[in-house]
Amino acid sequence: MAEDLVLTGVTKRFGTMTAVDELSLTVPQGSFFALLGASGCGKTTTLRMVAGLEEPSVGTIRLGDQDITALRPYRRPVNTVFQSYALFPHLDIGENIAFGLRRRGRRDVAAKVAEMLELVQLPGYEKRRPAQLSGGQQQRVALARALVNEPRVLLLDEPLGALDLKLRRQMQIELKRIQTEVGTTFLHVTHDQEEAMWMADTVAVMNEGRIEQQGAPTDIYEFPVNPFVSNFLGQSNLFAAEVAGRSGADLELTAHGARFAAPAARARSTEGRVWLGVRPEKVRLTAPGEPAPAGHNQVRGVLTDTCYAGVSTEYLLRTPWDQEMSVFSANQSAGEPLAPGTEVVAYWYPAHSFVLDRPAGSGDEVAQYAADPLGVAP
Amino acid sequence: MTAAVGAAAGAATPGGPPPVPVEAVAGRRRRRLTPYLLLLPGGLWLLLFFVVPSVQLAGTSLYDRSGSLETGYSQTFAFVNYLDAIGAYWPHLLRSAGYAGIATVICLVLGYPLAYAIAHKAGRWRTLLLVCVIAPFFTTFLVRTLAWKSILSDNGPVVGVLRAVPFVPDDFRLLATPAAVVCGLVYNFLPFMVLPLYASLERLDGRLLEAAGDLYAKPVTTFRWVTLPLSMPGVVAGTLLTFIPAAGDYINAELLGTPNQYMVGNVIDSAFLVRLDYPQAAALSFLLMATILVMVLSYVRAAGTEEVV
Ligand SMILES: Nc1ncnc2c1ncn2[C@@H]1O[C@H](COP(=O)(O)OP(=O)(O)O)[C@@H](O)[C@H]1O
Ligand SMILES: [Mg+2]
Repeated sequence: MAEDLVLTGVTKRFGTMTAVDELSLTVPQGSFFALLGASGCGKTTTLRMVAGLEEPSVGTIRLGDQDITALRPYRRPVNTVFQSYALFPHLDIGENIAFGLRRRGRRDVAAKVAEMLELVQLPGYEKRRPAQLSGGQQQRVALARALVNEPRVLLLDEPLGALDLKLRRQMQIELKRIQTEVGTTFLHVTHDQEEAMWMADTVAVMNEGRIEQQGAPTDIYEFPVNPFVSNFLGQSNLFAAEVAGRSGADLELTAHGARFAAPAARARSTEGRVWLGVRPEKVRLTAPGEPAPAGHNQVRGVLTDTCYAGVSTEYLLRTPWDQEMSVFSANQSAGEPLAPGTEVVAYWYPAHSFVLDRPAGSGDEVAQYAADPLGVAP
Repeated sequence: MTAAVGAAAGAATPGGPPPVPVEAVAGRRRRRLTPYLLLLPGGLWLLLFFVVPSVQLAGTSLYDRSGSLETGYSQTFAFVNYLDAIGAYWPHLLRSAGYAGIATVICLVLGYPLAYAIAHKAGRWRTLLLVCVIAPFFTTFLVRTLAWKSILSDNGPVVGVLRAVPFVPDDFRLLATPAAVVCGLVYNFLPFMVLPLYASLERLDGRLLEAAGDLYAKPVTTFRWVTLPLSMPGVVAGTLLTFIPAAGDYINAELLGTPNQYMVGNVIDSAFLVRLDYPQAAALSFLLMATILVMVLSYVRAAGTEEVV
């Protein structure tokens, strides 16, 4: 479309350190686009290059048919909601919001400011000072201050990062509503995968300065492109496997001496070394001593941990080849969760499997790393 | 959150407010006294060395001027002393205000970019540059001003260079002109301007400048609407710290000027120490104080310090 934001081969180096590495990205006009990645992966740097606060070492940034790569920030039709809000402490809320309008000599400033305060649900706050507002309110003012300029792209740098959990949920809904209402393209940076999935129509997963995968949240979640993505967006069980053959639309796989099936349509690689993956909530457990129903992939194991979380129970299973597997079980029936030490069979529909490439040299250690890319799992 | 706290408090003291322990009352009283205790040393100092001498000086300024140190003075509430002083020395009062005002403006124009550069552009040279700003203080005021006398002298380097410039007359001189006195004042009081400016510019959040740029402000506009208003406390402090001592200064006029450039400080100096006309010297001191006070108050009002946090 004519107004898409397009980054092509953008690289940013600070000295010898490469913060953003040949990144290419298309943000469709009017979309709510989330750039998701761990802290330090280059999200802020990317956003700052779009805003013009940082100049790319290599690459171009286009907005519609205009090349904005070298444009000064004050000439770009984009506005930013800063991570730290960066409200002007010497100006009241009304003047903070009016700042951009006044610099461009717009008319009807007061009316537009009032309208914006209405939109972010802070009507009548014109005369307050930023210091008199709570974090959540400052956040809304920062949003209003950017949106009032009717930017073609609104950049949001972890705008909800400083808010507590409850307020964050509330603001997520709010932001979504506002985006639908104004129809502006939102480029939203976050390290919170739930936030990205909830809010965005398109998510780009970023890692070490590159985009790993980009698409609708369901597409990325259901069919991740590699082990990193499969464990950054949600969790995955990955088993080192080999493709043994093909039967109809399914691939036949062997892993640790057992046979598995997976749809060829859900395979990133259809021969040789692969990862067999399945999401924990797709897996079910048999009652102790019972066999798994026929036509399923199955793994025997011993429960090592049981976490009862009300809506669901999270089990950890140790497989015969000494790998941990996690299983989320919705608590649909009454009764106690299975106790650790129980011998069970985990099983899932072949159609719920996905297959990822496993280049030579990557073994089980990678699976362990991939299961916990941030090193945050308990 | 509030509900939880309330519930906890309610559980601790069922029915009615909790009893206040005795130590808490004593603690509260002590806390109320704290501000006064903190004020005490400074207050005593001011009383002893400012208020008492000022009252005495006010008394002296109203003595009958026909007395002398030998014959003694009599208190006649001679307000005419003030009229006499103004009548005889109004040019000196004007010069004091004028020279100090010009020197302050020049200090601000020189000091602001300097302080900004030290605070935001100097990187690891910051400390060294700050030391350079303060370094002149390691030499005494008198010697520094004498050094300027030779810099600005007719055979000195500055005049030599300037005379070589076309259209500058060959008898051009700096020493013994108002320019020389103002130069001396600027040189001697520049650090008083730079340091408070540096302190307030150093606290300036660079992210605010980026936000302004993001909101369509060009660098000049950002300066006008963000940098300058946020550094106003430094501007006000620096201006006052420069103007007040410069207006009372007499060394610069004495060493770099002639009697035609003398400021009110020179007159007070001679009235006290040469002519021994104590009542007039005291009256002039009060007139200088009043001049400074009026100028400072109107300046502070214009700068609108209550706007600045
Ligand atoms: N101005 C800078 N100078 C040097 N290194 C920087 C600068 N800005 C960012 N970096 C580095 O670039 C990397 C990416 O940073 P950033 O874009 O802020 O990551 P994120 O926002 O994803 O947490 C980090 O390793 C960071 O240390
Ligand atoms: Mg960041």
